[in-house]
Amino acid sequence: MSHSDSSGAQPAILSEVDPIDFPRATLVENDRSFDWITDKICGIIEGKTPTWWWVCFALACFVATWTVAGITYLVATGVGVWGHANPVNWAWDIVNFVFWIGIGHAGTLISAILCLLRQKWRTSINRAAEAMTIFAVVCAGIFPVFHVGRVWFAWYLFPIPNSNYLWQNFRSPLEWDVFAVSTYGTVSVLFWYVGLIPDLAILRDRFYKAGNKTRSFLYGFFAMGWRGANRHWSNYEMAYLILAGVSTPLVLSVHTIVSFDFAVSLLPGWHTTIFPPYFVAGAIFSGFGMVLTLMLPLRAIYKLEDLITQYHIDCMCKITLATGTIVGYAYGMEFFIAWYGSNPYEGFAFINRAFGHYAWAYWIMISCNVITPQFFWFKAVRENTAFVWILSIFVNVGMWFERFVIIVTSLARDFLPSSWGYYSPSIVEIFTFFGTFGVFSVLFLLFIRFLPIMPMAEIKAVTPQGDPHHGAH
Amino acid sequence: MSHLFPKLANRLPLQIIIFLVVAGGIVTAAVNYYATPKYTRVGYAPIQPVPFSHALHNGDLGIDCRFCHSTVEKAGHAAVPTSQTCMNCHSQVKNQSALLAPIRASYESGDSVEWVRVHQAPDYVYFDHAVHVNRGVSCVECHGQVNEMEVVTHSKPLSMGFCLDCHRDPAPSLRDPKLVTQLDWEHPEGKAGQRADGEKFIHDWNINPPQSCTGCHR
Repeated sequence: MSHSDSSGAQPAILSEVDPIDFPRATLVENDRSFDWITDKICGIIEGKTPTWWWVCFALACFVATWTVAGITYLVATGVGVWGHANPVNWAWDIVNFVFWIGIGHAGTLISAILCLLRQKWRTSINRAAEAMTIFAVVCAGIFPVFHVGRVWFAWYLFPIPNSNYLWQNFRSPLEWDVFAVSTYGTVSVLFWYVGLIPDLAILRDRFYKAGNKTRSFLYGFFAMGWRGANRHWSNYEMAYLILAGVSTPLVLSVHTIVSFDFAVSLLPGWHTTIFPPYFVAGAIFSGFGMVLTLMLPLRAIYKLEDLITQYHIDCMCKITLATGTIVGYAYGMEFFIAWYGSNPYEGFAFINRAFGHYAWAYWIMISCNVITPQFFWFKAVRENTAFVWILSIFVNVGMWFERFVIIVTSLARDFLPSSWGYYSPSIVEIFTFFGTFGVFSVLFLLFIRFLPIMPMAEIKAVTPQGDPHHGAH
Repeated sequence: MSHLFPKLANRLPLQIIIFLVVAGGIVTAAVNYYATPKYTRVGYAPIQPVPFSHALHNGDLGIDCRFCHSTVEKAGHAAVPTSQTCMNCHSQVKNQSALLAPIRASYESGDSVEWVRVHQAPDYVYFDHAVHVNRGVSCVECHGQVNEMEVVTHSKPLSMGFCLDCHRDPAPSLRDPKLVTQLDWEHPEGKAGQRADGEKFIHDWNINPPQSCTGCHR
């Protein structure tokens, strides 16, 4: 729309070369009205709870109990119920932590960076992606907190003056991690909540009109007196922009610091400078994988094809393709540097990854993370939503295995053959991890049932009707 | 939304913020005072089976700490005396006192008197009395003015911070080892003299108290 803007006289050459007017994709299809958008999104909350929701919710609750049981057993018994032992003292716990925290990154990228870059297609998916971020951080937080063993001392992670004079080592990336993740969680919640305020006010008014005072009161409480006044909107836009600005560095910094947990150590396979960009790309890759995994079923169930259009899916697939290719490049570059650096230990670490005891994990990782996204080059693939959904699952699996490969293979084979080992997870670890998918699903199901899954006002702004000049300025 | 919320709801956000700040401050202050050893441990003075007065025996009569806690210079543990030690004197002095009946019973039967422990370092802490006493750390530094106590009372917090205060700066707590059991001794030249002497002891005896975790958590 803005590409045909002109300030003053157009350069004469323009009429000669006759540039093609490249049409922008429509973000809301079928010429849907404002009313339709509001009814559609609020209808999900106002309608009767669907049977599938109850089935999924019950199932999710059941799966979530695995995590609860696993952690209760751990707290009651000790951290030894996990399969960690010398030399592999970081295993599934940290793998799961990095996996979940990485997933969150797509939400922040969509809400912050795409907002600053004025990528209007973000509006249909940003709310759900931000919710995904928060719930992923919740799942991620479980693991580092409980792997300290005596969880009642987890507050030692924070620099709180105490009678033991315990003070944190601020030179340790593990301590930076505490701040990176807690800042990330806080800012994500704030960003999500600020975005929700106008929509909560819509729900308040609609429930009030429908005579449901209780729900009107609850939504109204959290809408904090939003009236949609000009001043409200002006403050809201400013707050949203500032939060987008604050979140943007977080997209890059959080996973950079997570990668420092490894890169700052001296262990071959961890001690590489490529880690920060490689981890960030991987995080966004896995996050978009998860966004696709969540949004495609939602789109089908709630018939949201007019709001999440093929164009949206294309965009997400392309970002997945781009970041997946960066990740593939990083895998190659790690090998190159291991050879080029001529450090025999590092060379061994990488040969061992690909051909050692954990080769099976390595090749699962390569096939899921390097090969899978390459399918997204093809338009026919991107238009086949079922296939895209299956590929997105592979991305999730692959990114979990990436963290497993990095963490476990490096620890299992370090400098000294006398301290080599092989790690297998215990049954408690397995259930605790799979249970977090239940925790995540419980939270996400509650979200889609009780909160607007898309920002209504923002979507209206990107409809053709929302542009009074019809693109012609 | 005046239908839904009364007008006073407009002030609610500010009130919630003020409440959180005030409540947070109170909770922080309360935890800092009531949930730390300077409150939870200091003042602990259990009733003992025999009302033994340190004020009388040590303060008034001048019996040295080491007469009863005889291992303190040689061992990690400062022994609690057996009833034989008591009977050294009490077979002659007040040998019919009803208050001393448990001592005599223990002396006859050979079973210990069940003293209630007052000072206890946790199992995960390695503490050696001899090392401290032989380098001039007086009993009073950790146990307080026991020479004035009718009933033994926990007078110092003995928290990890308490240990570290001294380990980081031992000079104010060091004296000539001959004086360690003189609980009311003070340096004749006051604080400045104490520090000067302390620094001298640190240098002469190469006192280097550990501050690493494994110094005490072995």
